[in-house]
Amino acid sequence: MVRRFVRFLLCLVGVFVIGGAVFYFITAPNPLPESHWANLGEPDLKNGEMVFWTGGCVSCHAAPGSEGDAKLTLSGGLALKSPFGTFHVPNISPDEKAGIGTWTLAQFGNAMKRGVAPNGEHLYPSFPYNSYARISDKDVNDLFGYLKTLPKSGNVAPPHELPFPFNIRLALGGWKFLYFNDEPRVALPANADDKIKRGQYLVEGAGHCGECHTPRDRLGGFEADQWLAGAPNPEGQGRIPNITPGSKTVGSWSQEDIANYLETGFTPDFDSAGGSMAEVQRNLAHLPKPELEAIAAYLKAVPNR
Amino acid sequence: MRLKAIAAAVLVAGLGVVGVAIAAQEDGTHEARSALMKKVGGAAGAMAAIAKGEKPYDAEVVKASLMTIAETAKVFPDQFKPGTEKGDKAASPKIWEDHADFKARAAKLSDDADKLLAQLPADPAGVGAAMKALGANCGGCHEKFRIKTE
Repeated sequence: MVRRFVRFLLCLVGVFVIGGAVFYFITAPNPLPESHWANLGEPDLKNGEMVFWTGGCVSCHAAPGSEGDAKLTLSGGLALKSPFGTFHVPNISPDEKAGIGTWTLAQFGNAMKRGVAPNGEHLYPSFPYNSYARISDKDVNDLFGYLKTLPKSGNVAPPHELPFPFNIRLALGGWKFLYFNDEPRVALPANADDKIKRGQYLVEGAGHCGECHTPRDRLGGFEADQWLAGAPNPEGQGRIPNITPGSKTVGSWSQEDIANYLETGFTPDFDSAGGSMAEVQRNLAHLPKPELEAIAAYLKAVPNR
Repeated sequence: MRLKAIAAAVLVAGLGVVGVAIAAQEDGTHEARSALMKKVGGAAGAMAAIAKGEKPYDAEVVKASLMTIAETAKVFPDQFKPGTEKGDKAASPKIWEDHADFKARAAKLSDDADKLLAQLPADPAGVGAAMKALGANCGGCHEKFRIKTE
C-alpha cells in the first residue's frame, strides 16, 4: 500500500519535471545569435533619429513631466499602470551604470526584437517588442547608434510592482508562446502599393500603434481580427479610438486628412489630438511628410472594423 | 387672418427650436462646452484655409478668427464651475483637481491670440506660424484635461 503510494508520488513528480522541462523548452528566451548582429556596419544616425521618433521612445523613457531638450535624457521613471500591475520604465540613456551604456548591439537588438534582456531573462511586453520584432536589423542598428548620442542619466527606476503570478518572468515564455510573432498583422495583397507597405512597416513595427489601438484579451494578447479597432484607455477613463476605415470618426477622414493630423495635430474639423496621442503626434511630427502619408495610406488599407 | 395665424405658428415653433437649443447648451454641460470648442475650431479652420492657400489672405477673416479664439478662451473656464464635475464624460476630473492650471492654460491661449491681434499676421506664411503657436495650446490642454470617449 505504502509502496504503491510512493510509486504514485514518484510518477507525479516525474510528470511535473517532464512537463516543466517541456514548458521551458518551448518557452525559453530565444535571442538571435551574436552573428546575426555582427555585420551591420556603421549606424546611420539621421535614420536612427527617425526610428526614434517613429517609436516615440521619449513618451515612456523620458523623465515624467520633462519638456523640450530635457526629453532626450531617457532616464526612465514613468509609472505605467496596467491591469497586471505597475511597470516602472527603465533608464535607457547611455549611462554605463544606470542605463544601457555597456550594452552590445546584440543585447540591444535582442531586447528590441525578441524581448530578451542582456541577462537572458524575458522582458515584459509593456515594452512593446511584440511590435518592434518587425523593425529591420538596419533600423535597430541605426537607432542604437542614435541612442548612444543622447545625454546620460544616473537615475535608477524602482522595480516593477506586479502581483503573483505576473511577477514570474519565466511565465512570460508562455505569453510569448501564445502571442509573440513577427508576422504581418494584416495580409496585404502582393501587389499593394509601396507606400502602403511602408506604412505597414511603420505602423506595425516601430510606431507600435496597435499596442493602444487594438483591444486585448484577458491575458493581454491582441484580440484576433480586431486590429486597430479601438480599445479601452489603458491609463484610465475613456477610449483609444478605432482607426480603421470603419471608424465613426477617423473612417471619414481622407488619406491627406490623416497625414495632416499626424503632422499638425489638427483633425479635419480642427479639433486637436489629446490624451496620450498628443505626445505621439508631436513625436511623429518629426518625420518627413512622405512617411506620414505612408502611415495614412496603410490605415486606409486595413480591414474595416 | 389665416396668414397671421400661420406666421404666429411658425414664430412659436421657431422660438421653441431656439428654446431647445438654449436649453441644450446650459452652462456646464457637454453640449455647451463642445459648442465653444467648435467655435475655436471653426476660427482655426478659417485661418488654416488661408495658411494652406485654399483661400486668399483676408485680414478681416484673420482678425475675426483671432478675436473669436481670444474671447472664447476667456469664457471657456466658466463652463467648469464647481458642481459641474459630473455628466460630461469628455471632461477629465483633473480639470477640477488642478483647476489653476486649467484656467492658466485657457488664459494663455487667450493671451496668445490677443498678442497676434496686436500684430496681425500679414500673409499666409504668417497665418501658418500663428496657427502653429496657437495650436500648441490646444494639444497641451487636451493632453491633460480632455478624455476621448469614442
